[in-house]
Amino acid sequence: MKVVVCIKQVPDTKGGVKFNPDGTLDRGAMLAIMNPDDKAGLEAALRLKDQYGAEVTVITMGLPKASDVLREALAMGADKAVLVTDRVLGGADTWATSTTLAGALRNLEYDLIITGRQAIDGDTAQVGPQIAEHLGIPVISYAQEIKVDGDKVTVKRQYDDRYHMVEVKMPCLITALSELNDPRYMTPGGIFDACQAEITTWGRADLKDVEDGNLGLNGSPTKIAKASDKVRKGAGEKFVPDTPEDAVNIIVGKLKEKHVI
Amino acid sequence: MNMSPETIAQYKGVYVFAQQVDNKVSGIAYELLGKARELAEPLKTDVTAVLIGSGIKDLADSLAEYGADKVIVVDDPELKEYRTEPYAHALASVINEYKPEIMLVGATAIGRDLGPTVSARVATGLTADCTVLDIGDFPLQPILGKEDEQLHNQLLMTRPAFGGNTIATIACPYNRPQMATVRPGVMQKIEPKKGAKAEVIEYNPGFTPDNKYVEIKEVVKAVSDVKDIMDAKILVSGGRGVGSPENFKILEDLAAAIGGQVSCSRAVVDSGWKPKEMQVGQTGKTVRPNVYFAIGISGAIQHVAGMEESDIIIAINKDEDAPIFDVADYGIVGDLNKIVPKLTEEIKAAAAAK
Repeated sequence: MKVVVCIKQVPDTKGGVKFNPDGTLDRGAMLAIMNPDDKAGLEAALRLKDQYGAEVTVITMGLPKASDVLREALAMGADKAVLVTDRVLGGADTWATSTTLAGALRNLEYDLIITGRQAIDGDTAQVGPQIAEHLGIPVISYAQEIKVDGDKVTVKRQYDDRYHMVEVKMPCLITALSELNDPRYMTPGGIFDACQAEITTWGRADLKDVEDGNLGLNGSPTKIAKASDKVRKGAGEKFVPDTPEDAVNIIVGKLKEKHVI
Repeated sequence: MNMSPETIAQYKGVYVFAQQVDNKVSGIAYELLGKARELAEPLKTDVTAVLIGSGIKDLADSLAEYGADKVIVVDDPELKEYRTEPYAHALASVINEYKPEIMLVGATAIGRDLGPTVSARVATGLTADCTVLDIGDFPLQPILGKEDEQLHNQLLMTRPAFGGNTIATIACPYNRPQMATVRPGVMQKIEPKKGAKAEVIEYNPGFTPDNKYVEIKEVVKAVSDVKDIMDAKILVSGGRGVGSPENFKILEDLAAAIGGQVSCSRAVVDSGWKPKEMQVGQTGKTVRPNVYFAIGISGAIQHVAGMEESDIIIAINKDEDAPIFDVADYGIVGDLNKIVPKLTEEIKAAAAAK
């Protein structure tokens, strides 16, 4: 069985976000990591490799620097890695990103495609389902569990107040939640091999069945009208009471003042 | 991929995907209708709800009461439970048949699957998880010498990104419909107009199962009688600092005394202490209660994004530098284990004295 995992290099928003003096994001000052949901998707694929000997290919779209996350994936145990990079692909929204990745995926054999549910920079959760739509295969989003049985896959699909156990015949696309599993660490041998491994690099010309009009900034139907830092409500009053009683008096006082109690 | 201005002109009306689950309209559908009414005014157009399911015709009246002028009903046995495929076919067919200029979908676990699939099928843009929607110009300011290229009456969709650190306003100027998923709990419902009726249009594009129809083997509903935290007036929210699932008892006591509900941070859900439906934040629920107690919550930006619109935020944390103090109206540096039980007693005493 062949599994392809789509991964993305993202700035680590957990460590705080850094800005340039002009207010734009200073990506260079932020740590670049493999997107957490994607890493869970990769782990799920590697477990299928452990269990059934599945071949695992990782693919990413981005700047040449994005090959860092591909090497990390190889060091974790992925078999092959593909970097899709080209100047004309820059500035893509989720539509143009999904047409690009679909164009690359048409060159690969797959039974299962796994993407993370969403990336922590954009938080859209759109690229996975859009890829499936372009490829004409079923999508199961928000996977909490994945089980493969023959040519079928069973997924525990999370909803707001329930889950569905869903079965579908492969090929299909699954979007993974980070709570799916705890991703393994890279092994020293894996890191060594990953440094030596060859990464396949594809550009625009390698994308199959995609029109120029669906790629990059020009092929993106959504346009940014304005971007700015979030203006937050400032801090209010902070108290460091000497005793718990003082703390309680402060809170109760405020609640009475505001007619809550 | 741009549409011609002539094609764009054919798309009219503000449409809302009226999500229902178990033949009960989800709150987000009413919230979207409230927003759709506002958007329809400057556009001088009407509001249509798209209701998809099985045996759901009766729900059309409640959508009318909350602001729908028309309700398009797609009713088919295939649509009993939500599955991406028959639902995407239903909504994409409605879009292709009726050509709305705006299509709003809730950013729920259903909408964030349906929205992208449908937008890819009808080949238009989709902006995820919006918190503000307006009608305005694109570009926002006319470009000198190209004033006539500025487009009017565009849907301007504002959303947070980078974990809530930045905010972007996005337009979809050259494709229709302009599609957005909208975060639940942000838009306001209108006061329902009792007895209001909408024009009901029944539409069925036909459903033929293919490779994209998954089979649902089992539906497991969350067994809880917990009320939705999004409806609570007072939330007593706990983070990892509470220390253990057992220790949430002191928060539950406080919530009971003050007439509130308990909610929690992502760390608490990730640790398995509380169920997902109690989670506040970027990947949980957006809440805006009158009073929000943040107890033992450090205040990661992803958490703050889900509660910063609360009227009064009271934080209790032993770490003086916790970022929660940057958004709290009243911040108390101290030991929650000592403060919270005493606070509960005082509130009970205050209530008894009334």
